[in-house]
This record gives sequence, structure tokens and C-alpha cells, in this order.
Amino acid sequence: MDKRVQAVLEAQHSVGERTPLIDGIEKVTGRARYTADLPLRQPLIGRMLRSPVAHGLIRAIHTERARALPGVRAVITGADFAAPYGVIPIAQNEWPLARDKVRYRGEPIVAVAAVDEATALAALALIALDIERLPAYFSAADARAPDAVDLHAKKPGNLEREVDQLFGDADAGFAAADLVLEQNFHYAEVAHGQIELNTAIAEFEPETGRLTTHSVTQVPYYLHLTLAQCLAMDASNIRVIKPFVGGGFGHRVEPLNFEIVTAALARAAGGTVKLEVTREEGFLTHRGRPETDVRMKIGMSKRGELLAVDCEVTQRGGAYAGYGLVTILYAGALLHALYKMGAVRYHGLRVYSNTPPCGAMRGHGAVDVRHAFESVLDAMAEQLGLDAFAVRRANLLVPPERTLNDLQVNSYGLPACLDWVEKASGWRERHGKMPRGRGLGLACSHYVSGSAKPVHWSGEPHAVIQLKLDFDCGITILTGASDIGQGSSTLLTQVVAEVLSLPMGRIRVVATDSALTPKDNGSYSSRVSFMVGNAALRAAQNLLALLIAAAAKKLGVSAEQIEWLGERCVVMGGSLDSEKGLDFAAVVEAALVDTGSLMVKGSWSTPIETQGGKFRGAAVGSTAGFSYAAQVIEVSVDEDTGVVTVEQVWVAHDCGRAINPLAVEGQIQGAVWMGLGQALSEETQYFEGLPLRANFLDYRIPTIVESPPIAVHLVESIDPLGPFGAKEASEGSLHGAPPALTNAICAALGLRLSELPASPDRVLDALVALKRKQRQQQRKQASTEGD
Amino acid sequence: MSKHLLALNVNGQPREDAVADGLLLVDYLREVTGLTGTKQGCDGGECGACTVLIDGAPHLACLTLAATCEGRHIETIEALTVEGRMGRLQQAFHEHLGTQCGFCTPGMIIAAEALLRREPKPSEAQIRDALSGNLCRCTGYVKIIESVQAAAQQHG
Repeated sequence: MDKRVQAVLEAQHSVGERTPLIDGIEKVTGRARYTADLPLRQPLIGRMLRSPVAHGLIRAIHTERARALPGVRAVITGADFAAPYGVIPIAQNEWPLARDKVRYRGEPIVAVAAVDEATALAALALIALDIERLPAYFSAADARAPDAVDLHAKKPGNLEREVDQLFGDADAGFAAADLVLEQNFHYAEVAHGQIELNTAIAEFEPETGRLTTHSVTQVPYYLHLTLAQCLAMDASNIRVIKPFVGGGFGHRVEPLNFEIVTAALARAAGGTVKLEVTREEGFLTHRGRPETDVRMKIGMSKRGELLAVDCEVTQRGGAYAGYGLVTILYAGALLHALYKMGAVRYHGLRVYSNTPPCGAMRGHGAVDVRHAFESVLDAMAEQLGLDAFAVRRANLLVPPERTLNDLQVNSYGLPACLDWVEKASGWRERHGKMPRGRGLGLACSHYVSGSAKPVHWSGEPHAVIQLKLDFDCGITILTGASDIGQGSSTLLTQVVAEVLSLPMGRIRVVATDSALTPKDNGSYSSRVSFMVGNAALRAAQNLLALLIAAAAKKLGVSAEQIEWLGERCVVMGGSLDSEKGLDFAAVVEAALVDTGSLMVKGSWSTPIETQGGKFRGAAVGSTAGFSYAAQVIEVSVDEDTGVVTVEQVWVAHDCGRAINPLAVEGQIQGAVWMGLGQALSEETQYFEGLPLRANFLDYRIPTIVESPPIAVHLVESIDPLGPFGAKEASEGSLHGAPPALTNAICAALGLRLSELPASPDRVLDALVALKRKQRQQQRKQASTEGD
Repeated sequence: MSKHLLALNVNGQPREDAVADGLLLVDYLREVTGLTGTKQGCDGGECGACTVLIDGAPHLACLTLAATCEGRHIETIEALTVEGRMGRLQQAFHEHLGTQCGFCTPGMIIAAEALLRREPKPSEAQIRDALSGNLCRCTGYVKIIESVQAAAQQHG
């Protein structure tokens, strides 16, 4: 075959192909360098001293002896920072090292940099802290008690944020309902448990005043801003680089104390500092999903229509704001946009407590509320004699739809998701007919494809991509998007390759180096595929237009006459090997005439109609595209031990369009599994503020032994705004896993759990309580009959 | 801390290094030999990311003193490439997405390598058993099992 013809045929489609990660070879061979792996010449070693008390006034910090220790190069405290930090501009109340007050046990107070670890640790041992203890609160209820001391000034009652929302006439909805059910739920705090330890490296050059920081962040741009603010540095003197990152899941979606402290140590020492924290310290900085109480009340017609919802959520947010106000707003906002609803009342309380600050964990804000909702829905369907599928199908949306709270739903693959899991799980044949102790449970869920309004609203586009094309005929994607294992760099390569009909081998990615790559808000709220994907699509289209124009000029025809085939282009109607055509190299050569090296940009912003309503907090939950998912989980429960085993999961996810079906499957499996971890075994725990499970033996992430097969089906609803129709492809499926699990436990044993995780002790306690209740009812019945 | 001369074999190369008595094997590999493919993800024996082969058997390098490896053969993830190309497990993990963030991957592949050497055609239960000490937070393990199965098939 002619080489040219073959090249064109090889430039097959990239979008929709099962594509291994472009950085996968480095990962499997051990060549990938994570922050801790970066080669350094004798860096100073940083370490932090943490508070032994949960709440107290710092009266004095005695560092003189530590400073005098040979080998110690810097000792810093909160006084060495110019400003506090916090990812939400209006809620910055945390210092990288505590100032004046400590608010949780383990909060860092002093940091040292020394020639080696032993010296750094010896220096910490020489520091004396004088802290006056204050009353400390480890639950939301205690922190809200009338006589409780406030953790923060101007936050009376330890209330970080209260949300009151009413959409529609809830009272009328409940009055019209044939069945109203109200239940209370309690959810333990959970943490991300990314396997890579937190590490940062900062290099400060005293002569130039320049700082370079490498860190494990999901948000290098936010880190950059925060470093400038906390260190009072000009942002142009800072460079932030994100190397390979070993997982995030939301742990790293806000700048964290260790990163800022490392930079401050480097500046104080005038050199390079490496700070690796332990796993235990990682749990102290967890920023996980808060301990949450939910009261859920639903009013339903006898046909299963959702007439009214009344939901109250209380989150124990920990000691500082972090993402807290967003979390409590998400909990209410995402009551909407999954089903049609008559009216929704929401009351949310975000409470400060003397525990490590919570933050954004995968499925941010809405996971616990979704569990409560799907649990009550399931119970109501049962009481009304409706099938679990029927009750959900009675409330489907019809896109395009504007929800009660002004969220825009443009594509909606939930019906197809329901159909697939119903069939794949054998629901019709098996549900309700299984032996005691075994059952199937269903739940639906959804999530955003990025927040339609970014945290730092600057008026810039939501995403920007640059493409560089030069003499070598290679295309370099310059992106600030953080690949943290989800495969975003691979996806961007596929998108660019698809538009240009080029093989992916022609394309490289240079990512997340603030000196080289355009600003990007970061990898969170499932924004990258949708937003950065759209920017990459537009950048590639812009480059394509340039290339076609150059080819047309060279061939002496109009641009419309060029048939673009990637590795070769021809004049319309001509054969691939016709003389009236150009190889890609010749096109590039023509395109570089007079201009030289080409840099082409693409950007994307969410359309205004997707940015939510006008009420306070309306931005949270708004998105350009919602993903949808349904899942059925099969469990077996051992009544003697309380051990719940997940036998199989069937999950269907509407991801709009699967740009990389392999990666989408992997994301969905991982997300469902993470939801199961929360549902089955994961919880942090504190005694007087002291973490009791700050390691991977006591914080029970499921191992491969207890992890089920997860069958994934992708529904492609082709979203009108997504790149090639693509939408979110993981967090949406996480939300449904906990309720599908507990609904299955109910099918197995008639037991409705109101608390997660469904650990063996909780299952046994609930079983005992259920049996006691049943015995009492029997006795009552018997005595009534006796009368 | 006093140092002693340690003679051992790392990835086929005999080495002699003066190491402190308290130096852990994981730190020896990462800091002395520069083999950073072996990862540390916990404070000791929790996650399995540092799994290496010592005389062919999987061990946690974070719970092993380097000094106890005198005369032993250590194999790390870097040793599994064949003539500079991915070995069978590495290729399978790459192609079947047994790796996402990649941080647990070296330990996971080493543990799987030990299994396949012992049991070339493992059952799914044997795979689960052999990898039970290796935590992954990304994949839900589904594609890890598929990757090991694919590597085993390729071997046949």
C-alpha cells in the first residue's frame, strides 16, 4: 500500500477508542516521578510540630533552643506568614501554622528545616509550647450548644453557614401527598485515602527572590495564588509544578498547610526544602466528607410522584472553613436535577468543631443526602406497593429542563440507565425471590460536569488550552489541567488528535507548570473533561483552520476545496496519492512561512443559562451538564456476624459520550467502589479530638479480597454542550453506591439502616433492635388478641 | 548511628554500600540506589506500595532493615522490564488500565509477579489472595484482576 494512503488510514478516530493512558508506561515501569521521587541535591528536610490540644490559646512558643541546635537552618511559626488562606475567597480563616489559637488536635504550630531528618526531629523536641486550654467540641451538637465557646470571631454559635431554601409550595405538596415519610440518618466522616503521601519541595533563590514549588496538588493554580498571598510575594516570582500525582479524590483540591509551610521554610532557610508528611499527618489534614446528620421527609402520591421534599442537613465541618460553605450548598442543590419534584425545602447547617477541617471529597456535598433520599424513596415505594424501578420512572425529567432551583438539564440518560441495570441484574426474575440474607438494591444518582461558576470568578474563560506546532511537525498541548490519574492528559490528546485526524503519536502533553502552561482552575468537580476538553476541541479547530488555509494557499485552491485527512490533505475529489495534495509535513512547512513557530489557543466558558439562578448560593450545583447513573447491587448478609458482602454491582452511567471508554469504565468502577468503602467500612474516629484511625489498618479501605465485580454499561446521551457530547464520568456513580447497598440489605433482611458505614457492629445492633421491635409487636398483638 | 558495609544484589547488579544499621530497605532503594519506582504510602506495613522481591518472595521494604538483606537478591519494579521494554505484567497493567494514578502500581505488579512465578495460571481467588496486602484507591481492583489475568494468559 502507498505509504501516504496507509498513514491516512492509520489516522483512525481517537475519540471513542479504548485508549491506554499516555503516561501509563511510565507508571507501570516505575519511571514516573512523583514529588517524593524528584532528584535533589541534599535538600533540607522540613518537619512540623503539631498541637497536643484540641482548642486553646497560644500564649508562647519557645523556639530558642531549637534555633540553636547545629544543623537547624530555619524555624518558623504563624508569625512568619503575611495572611491566612482558604480556598473560598470570602472564607479565609486558616493560617499555615496556627496563630494565636489552635482549633484541632494535630494543627501545625511550628516548622523547622534542618540538614537531615534526625536533626529536624531533634529540633522539634526542643520546642516548648505554652497553650491555655479552652473547652473543645467534637460533635456538631456540642459545638452548637448555647454555652459553647466560639471557635472563630464573628461566627456566633459556631455556625459557619446556614442555608434556608424553599422552591415551590412544600406545605401544599405534603398536604396533597398520599404518603409522607420522614427519617433521620447519621453518616460517619470519611477520608480520601489517596495512596501517595503528602509531599512538597520548595526551592528559594535568595538572590532573585524566586520560588519554585513542586507539590502533590490537584489545584496548582490555587496553590500559586495562595503562596503569593501567604508569603506576600509577587506571583510572577513563583513557579508551581505538579509532577505525577498519586491520587487526589478531593484531598488536594485546596491548598494545604504543608505546601505553604514548605515554601516559607525554603525562603527562611534560603535553599531547597523537602517536606514529606506521614500517613498519620495525612489524616490530620484530610479535608474529607464531614460527619453528617440528615433528616429527610418526602411526600408522595400513590402513583409514586414526588410532591414535596423537606431536608435538613447538619455537617460537622471541623476547625476551619475550607470548602465548607460550598459543601453545605451542594447538599441542598443536588436534591434537584435527578428527578422531577413538586417542591423542595432545604435547611443546611455547617458547624465548626475542634476536629480536622473537612473539605471536598469525591461526590462533594451530595453523597450522604443522596443516600438518605434514595433510602426513603425505597421505603415509600415498598409501603405503596410500587416497584423500586417504577417509583423512579414516575419522576423522570424530560430535557431540556430547568429545575425548581434554576439548574439546567440538557441531556438525561437516566431512563436508559434504569433499563440496562434492570435487565442486567435480572431484577424482574430475582428481586424479592432470593433466599433470606441475600438481596438486590437499586439507587439512582447524578453529578455535575464542573461548577458553572468557578471559585475564583475573574471573568476569564473557564478553560484555556494552547497548542504549539513547530518545525518538527509535532503538536504540543500546553495545559494547566492536573492529571491525577483520571487520564485527563490522555483525553485531551484524543480530542486534539480527533479534530486534526492525526495519530496520537504526533501529540505530546506538557502539563501543570505555571511557567509554561496556561492557568487552569484544577481537577475538581469533574470539570476537566467537559471544560478543558471543550477548550482543547476549540484549540484544535483553530489550528486546523490555520493548517487548511496554508495548504489551500500552497495548492492554489480555496480552503473549502481542501479535504483534510490528517497525515495528508488533498484537493476535494482527488485521490489520496494525487499530486494535488500535501503530506502533513509539507502543510506544516507552508503554515510556518512568514510566522514561524505556531501557538494556537482555544478557550471555553459555560453558557450563561447554565450558571444557575439569582438567589444567594445559586452558583453551587450549577453546571453545563449533569451525568446520570443507576446501579443495582447484590449483597449477602451474615445474620450471625453482621458481615455484609457485596456479590456484584451493575452500574449504568450516562457520560454523554465516552471519549475514552476504557478510562470511563475505570473511573466508574473506582467511584462505585469508593462509595462502597464509605458504605461498608470506612470512618474516621476521634477520642477527645485525637484521631483513632489515622492509618490504613484502622481506617478500613476495602482490600481486593472484599471488592466485588463491577459491571459497567455506558449510556451516551450526547450532551449538546459537552466536547463530542461528553459529560462527567465518575462522581455521579459514587453517589448511588451507598443507597443501593443499604436498599439491598433491606431486601435481604428487611432491615433499613439509618447509619453508615454498615459495619458488622452496626448491622448486628440494628438487627437486634429490629428483632426486639418485632417481638414487642408480636407480644402486643398476642395480648390484644387475648383481650 | 553506626554504619556497616552491606553487600547484596539489586536487580541483578551486585552492590556494596555503607548503610546505617537503622536504614530501612525502602529508603536504601530510593535514596542510596536511586530506584524510586518503589513507593512508600504509609507509616509502615499498611498499604503494600513498597512491595519488593527478596530472593523471589514478596516483602514490604518499609518493614525490612536494609542490613538484613546481606547477600540477598532484591528485585524492584525496575527489574521487570525486558530489554528495556515493558514486561508481561507491566504491559497488561498498561493496556488493561490496571493503573490509574500509578502510585500503588509498582508494589501491585511486584506482588503479582511473585504470584505468577509461583502459580503461572492463578484462579481469581488466588489473585485476590496474593494482592490482599496491596491497597489501591483508584481502580476498585476490577481492572487490576483483569490485568493479572491477561498477563497470565499471555504467558501460556
